[in-house]
Amino acid sequence: MTQDEMTALIARIRTHNADLYPLFSLEFGDAVVGVAPEELSSTACDLREAGFDRLTMVTAVDRGETFELVYRLHSRSLTASIFVKTVVRRDDPHIASVYDVWPAANWQEREVFDLFGIVFDGHPDLRRILMPYDYEGHPLRRDFEHPNIIRRPDYI
Amino acid sequence: MSLDIESRSSTLSDDGMPVEELVVNVGPSHPSTHGVGRVVVHLDGDVVVKADPVIGYLHRGIEKMSENRTYLQIVPLTDRLDYVGSMYANWAYCRAVERLARMRVPERAEYLRVIVCELQRIASHMMGIGASAADTGAFTAFVYAFDLRERVVELFEALCGARLTYNYVRPGGLSSDAPDGWEESVVDFVHALPRKLDELDSLFFGNAIARGRMKGIGVLSAQDAIAWGATGPTARASGVNWDLRKHDPYSVYPRMDFDVVVGERGDAYDRNRCRLLECYESARIVEQAVAQMHGGPVHAEGVPRLIQPAPGDAYDQIESARGTLGVYLVSDGSPRPYRMHVRSAAFANLALLPMLAKGHTLSDLVVVLGSLDPVFGEIDR
Amino acid sequence: MALVDRIGEGLERLGGGVILTSVDALVDWSRGQSLWAFPMGTACCAMELIAASFSKFDFDRLGTFPRPDPRHTDVMILAGTITEKMKPAVRRLYDQMPEPKWVVAMGNCTVSGGIFYYDTYSVVRGADQFLPVDVYISGCPPRPEALQDGVLQLRELVRMRSLAPGKRYERELALPRPEDASYSNEDPNPPSAGLEGGDAS
Ligand code: SF4
Repeated sequence: MTQDEMTALIARIRTHNADLYPLFSLEFGDAVVGVAPEELSSTACDLREAGFDRLTMVTAVDRGETFELVYRLHSRSLTASIFVKTVVRRDDPHIASVYDVWPAANWQEREVFDLFGIVFDGHPDLRRILMPYDYEGHPLRRDFEHPNIIRRPDYI
Repeated sequence: MSLDIESRSSTLSDDGMPVEELVVNVGPSHPSTHGVGRVVVHLDGDVVVKADPVIGYLHRGIEKMSENRTYLQIVPLTDRLDYVGSMYANWAYCRAVERLARMRVPERAEYLRVIVCELQRIASHMMGIGASAADTGAFTAFVYAFDLRERVVELFEALCGARLTYNYVRPGGLSSDAPDGWEESVVDFVHALPRKLDELDSLFFGNAIARGRMKGIGVLSAQDAIAWGATGPTARASGVNWDLRKHDPYSVYPRMDFDVVVGERGDAYDRNRCRLLECYESARIVEQAVAQMHGGPVHAEGVPRLIQPAPGDAYDQIESARGTLGVYLVSDGSPRPYRMHVRSAAFANLALLPMLAKGHTLSDLVVVLGSLDPVFGEIDR
Repeated sequence: MALVDRIGEGLERLGGGVILTSVDALVDWSRGQSLWAFPMGTACCAMELIAASFSKFDFDRLGTFPRPDPRHTDVMILAGTITEKMKPAVRRLYDQMPEPKWVVAMGNCTVSGGIFYYDTYSVVRGADQFLPVDVYISGCPPRPEALQDGVLQLRELVRMRSLAPGKRYERELALPRPEDASYSNEDPNPPSAGLEGGDAS
């Protein structure tokens, strides 16, 4: 897929969902499109219809006040991939699950829930996956503290 | 081995007969879970009603550790991710760093990376097939396959001095060039390989017991493979013609002539045989890469010891033995990544287990699990 | 082996057919000869553990045979990182092993936490925090030869700790220790003088 086609595709999705989070860049062939958290489900459906049939990755980045959620989609028919980014507030980390659109989100969202504490509404089976079920805290948050951690001395 | 009865619950079936659902806990230390996986299986008689994989017994927090290490110090950590195929994690991570810091890699380094990764594919598939063979009772085939893996490990040891944790691919190139005569020994190995693979093929896949245990077990449809994010031989065995080396080519793969092995039935047999046939293709790639390779530097000029990429993020992926292995890096301009995430193929493939094992017997669950080739270092990270 | 020699002497003197030894000496000698191992392979080191028991390194020739069942085995080989989540399972498997039992910690992870010592929240820093470890093998991963050497050391340990109360044996095999007469720092085969060539330049 050429860059122009990709730009056109994103423009089409944008007009569909008016309030897209204003973040859009095309770098190294991977398009990045930012959406408002409420728009995630509808954008996901649109992208699914546009041919993005695979969800490769779901992850999150702790940005202090907010969590940035990163979805990477891929389409075999268009031979293109696209990043969808959205943000959720740290004090109310809720986002709609995309499990209905791509079942691949099942475990990946569980992992994000486990390590970041972001709750995916509508997920069928939102349990911890890597840490024990009764674990407290979300380790990949930047402010996570645990008595078991020994900080590495700063050599550089 | 712990097959402990956690609980028994008695219910009534539709026709009023009492049905006992038995909850059996397989793992986390079980010879057939290939590591420290655990599956909580609900059985009706001998038939799996529900299989719930419990993972995380090897969650070592590598992503968290990376946040306090420099870009170069993370390379040894990536070795420990997929310990059956350490070179892949090395390479995927280094590609992400190179993309983030806008580095170019010399051509010879790219060729050597392709060679070691294809050799690694042979080693990793041998382990996967061998473990499946052991699960189906063909222990001799396991010993044969492991012997082939041992040859590859010897080549790697000559190359970088380590048998398992290579730390060979570095951001910007490689840790060192190949020693004298290494290329010849690689060519010798891949020339002798097809005959050995034939032997293994007839020993394991030609065995009626193995065929009977694997055919028609754990059938995965192409739609499910795509929707559930399966990649690698797991997806290709279901007829999904998708291989990053061919369809989203990176490095010098466009210059290589090879075929993508695609199965049609998507059962455990196809998944394992797909792995075996890929080894022939890997041997072909290695042979071409050695022939095309020229001398030259193996590390880019001017790569600083302390890599400090501009703020931003980058994702890159390669085709590992288990599928798409991607690394997502976020930089905030400091010498340490702000966030590192590994998109693990084995993690996505293992998520299929509840679907695939349903309706099969407990002994087939083991075959299904083995055919997904899980490596828990990569799954749990 | 001294005990075997003594058995031989005894047989000669008595015309064969009778073995004279104390039962505990025979038992102590034989106990260490066939240590069945429970391969507690959790991570990367498990690959080297498999390699050690397969054709090239062939653990069987040392009488060590991996059995994936704690109830059949004498020695638990801890190969790989132990996490907080895995710790109770390892402990439980150890408790299921019949006495007498030994533990070999293979790899830096089980010795001290190794590469996962700093910054991580889920790794147990060394198996000796919750298990009595007898032999430590360093390396990340240790080579199969190192593992086999570790098991040979364990054999000696088993033999030295006699079952008979109060009885101890002298160290017999393995590497010479500094206090031994045979110990010397000098290389038994010094490189020939021609290779040193320090004053040639
Ligand atoms: S010691 Fe090294 S090789 Fe062994 S389990 Fe730990 S990290 Fe892996």
